[in-house]
Amino acid sequence: MSSAQSSTMTWHDWLASETPTSRVQALSSRVYQSIGAVTANPAAFTGLIIISILILIAMFAGVITHGVSPYAQILAERLAAPSTTHWFGTDELGRDIFARIVYGARVTLTIVLLVSILVAPIGLAVGTLAGYLGGWVDIVLMRVTDVFLAFPRLVLALAFAAALGPGIENAVIAISLTAWPPYARMARAETIAIKNSDFISAVVLQGASTARILFRHIVPLCISSLIIRLTLDMAGIILTAAGLGFLGLGAQPPAAEWGAMVASGRNVILDQWWVATIPGFAIFIVSLGFNFLGDGLRDVFDPKKS
Amino acid sequence: MIEVRGLSVTFKNKGRAVKAVQNASFHVAEGEIFGIVGESGSGKSTLLKAIAGLIEPSPRSLLIEGQEMGVKRSKADRKLMQFVFQDPYGSLHPRQTVDDILREPLIIHGIVDIDTEVSKALADVGLQPLHRYRYPHQLSGGQRQRVAIARALILKPRILLLDEPTSALDVSIQAEILNLISNLRLTYQLTSILVSHDLAVVAHLCSRIAVMRLGEIVEILNVEDLRNHKATQHYTSELLAASVGYSRTA
Repeated sequence: MSSAQSSTMTWHDWLASETPTSRVQALSSRVYQSIGAVTANPAAFTGLIIISILILIAMFAGVITHGVSPYAQILAERLAAPSTTHWFGTDELGRDIFARIVYGARVTLTIVLLVSILVAPIGLAVGTLAGYLGGWVDIVLMRVTDVFLAFPRLVLALAFAAALGPGIENAVIAISLTAWPPYARMARAETIAIKNSDFISAVVLQGASTARILFRHIVPLCISSLIIRLTLDMAGIILTAAGLGFLGLGAQPPAAEWGAMVASGRNVILDQWWVATIPGFAIFIVSLGFNFLGDGLRDVFDPKKS
Repeated sequence: MIEVRGLSVTFKNKGRAVKAVQNASFHVAEGEIFGIVGESGSGKSTLLKAIAGLIEPSPRSLLIEGQEMGVKRSKADRKLMQFVFQDPYGSLHPRQTVDDILREPLIIHGIVDIDTEVSKALADVGLQPLHRYRYPHQLSGGQRQRVAIARALILKPRILLLDEPTSALDVSIQAEILNLISNLRLTYQLTSILVSHDLAVVAHLCSRIAVMRLGEIVEILNVEDLRNHKATQHYTSELLAASVGYSRTA
């Protein structure tokens, strides 16, 4: 036991060292300190737990449901109330709602992931370019951003989903198209604040190319606030995705998507409350989790605080 | 080596033009250290940044080694001349380790053997290997300024521009940094321009000094004249008197 303790102590010492001896150690100790700060913040920690559970559920959906398919219809047991066999009851086609909620986590995570990898790079690229280059590049890029910002989010997403045809991928594209402008604005504002600092002038004087200055020196400073914003926005993105699903423009039947599940329970909401309520509750918890995490991350990484 | 001929810098702001530097002319010989003094707002830093290539100077007013230069410069021209900024807290990237900061210029210029170059540069400015993987926030002001000097010298420039390199540091550290600069200048045979509002600093390091006021060079005098308070211009005499301190009877 003592050896285990001493080995964890040395790991801690190595990571918390004020005098790192290699690039790897310097980087890992920064990551370690960030993780420590996040877990010490109650809101961020709660959010992190909720999202970790969501990820685990999505990964081990088959194990958690004991092999019950989210698509298996048992019409004899349709609209059954929650019981020991069907924990969350069954829907109008006799499908197990628990299994559908569990598999729905995958759909939700897919949407979250796809939107993040679409929105963050577009916002960053447009914002940092506009902010750093200024002049007419700034004017053109920012007016385009304004045009996208002027559209009501759900309506543009609706129009896109309608034009491209319903489905998860198109819902993701539609959401991303309306979600990137705030990121571009934020990245632009940060870039303008950073670009006149001496440490940027120093790399200009070293002869660095514009691309190098943007990617190596400016983008790393914009990323933390971008991640915070993205996490906070995630709840809204999940709700928009659920809203599109509810309107029939997101995931298509028989896919288990929480928004579509709420929609299918709408007709029976008075007599069989669980059909609409349980997926609604799932959306609520996951959105809350992302909000907590985003709030906590903001507290931890707010540059104005440290 | 550096020839400034009637250099002006004009900032345009909402239709109003502000002339920050007007018609400045001087010449810095190879190996010389030239000082520029003046009160805040006299345009001395702007002049230095124009020479460095951060601010556009008036056309055909700046020659370096006989070559005309503006804001757009080739990598080789950039390598010739490096800059040390006034504020060591703002001149180092907050998310990069000392190692990253020193590596960057070497990578940009495609220099091989980065590892030995970085450790040599650290040793040159009197930093320990243990400082190498620290972030700027883990260093003191003096140590940061040493990193900034190491970064400027790692490309082996022939010209070093110094913009009030000690004014953000406390007095005990100032002397250390000044001595470091003067030693490194001898080792690397650097031509320098030092901007400062501190006459003592300038007198300590420089051979000739330009006095600036309201964007214009009032006069250029050598260090003996400065020490003996032999100024030809009234403003310079006032400035020299002020540096000694005001007496009540006067």
